[in-house]
Amino acid sequence: MITDTDDLATAAQLAPLRFVDPQLLAGLHADLANAAAAAGILDIAYRTLDTPVGTLLLAGTEQGLLRIAFDREDHQQVLDALAAKVSPRILFAPDRLDDAARQLDEYFTGRRRTFLLPLDLRLSTGFRRIVLAHLPEIGYGHTESYSQVAQAAGHPRAVRAVGSACARNPLPVVVPCHRVVRADGSFGSYVGGPDAKRTLLTLEAAA
Amino acid sequence: MSKAPFERVVTEHGPTVLRVCRAVLGPVDAQDAWSETFLAALRAYPDLPDGANMQAWLVTIAHRKAIDITRVRARAPIPLSEVPEPTAPLATSYSDIWAAVKALPSKQRQAVAYHYLGGLPHKEVADILGGTTDAARRAAADGIRTLRRTFPPKPESKENSQ
Repeated sequence: MITDTDDLATAAQLAPLRFVDPQLLAGLHADLANAAAAAGILDIAYRTLDTPVGTLLLAGTEQGLLRIAFDREDHQQVLDALAAKVSPRILFAPDRLDDAARQLDEYFTGRRRTFLLPLDLRLSTGFRRIVLAHLPEIGYGHTESYSQVAQAAGHPRAVRAVGSACARNPLPVVVPCHRVVRADGSFGSYVGGPDAKRTLLTLEAAA
Repeated sequence: MSKAPFERVVTEHGPTVLRVCRAVLGPVDAQDAWSETFLAALRAYPDLPDGANMQAWLVTIAHRKAIDITRVRARAPIPLSEVPEPTAPLATSYSDIWAAVKALPSKQRQAVAYHYLGGLPHKEVADILGGTTDAARRAAADGIRTLRRTFPPKPESKENSQ
């Protein structure tokens, strides 16, 4: 930062003091993430994962997987929202999400049909939470219509509310809202976009 | 207004905090100071008032952590690592600049670190170090002047050092 009495000579004088090795910083960052987790002050850890439906953001608390987000949701905005709703103590820290990443990898390569992961469902409440709780009961490779899900959730007329619960599912793919389709069999909309929904349902149909 | 994810704070200010710690403590102890600064900052972050000057806040934490580390080192039974004698004036290597910085009186070293590398105005440097704004400005200027003598910049090798 060059201010008032500074001049070029001062800038040159300080140049060797400014150089920072990015690899050193990356190492310090990784150590910080580990120390923060060990101290119990890493409220949210996150990483990304490349998949056939694009780069997914995975975020988790100490309780479990908190959020999965598609590219089109804008990962930075998703992290901003988590900072506001849950905690700003957020670091890029892949370790906590290793298990989730591995199971998702297995799913996308057809080697896994159900996810066995601790979930932190605090981002969805009320009726939405009831809907999300039902979704894992729709088996791999199967689908249900929005009205079938409404019925299963105990509110047969709440078809639109089921649609909005799916649209705001904080844990898509793992909580399989992609298995909810229109009564006429067409795919309907999806938080990850229609192409992602088609990819997931095609993957499950093929296995 | 809500807070940014702490990751963004580390990305944005991590290099500056490392430069500041390095100038005050040298390259080795600077790594400990960096880690302790950001760990303490992460702990306190949710309670930091919105709109606080993040860089000044971090530099202030780094200043305290550097003092802690200096005290621990001073108490340690291990002999202080030797300051290498300044080598031939034409030699350029990182250890030379660190030796030159280490040889500065501590007020000058801190004033240079917090003002020129940390980007804090002299007034805020004075708040951290105690004393007047003028004294902080003089300490920073004296430090730069001394460095110019003990470690003259070599423009032709500047790109190599990057």
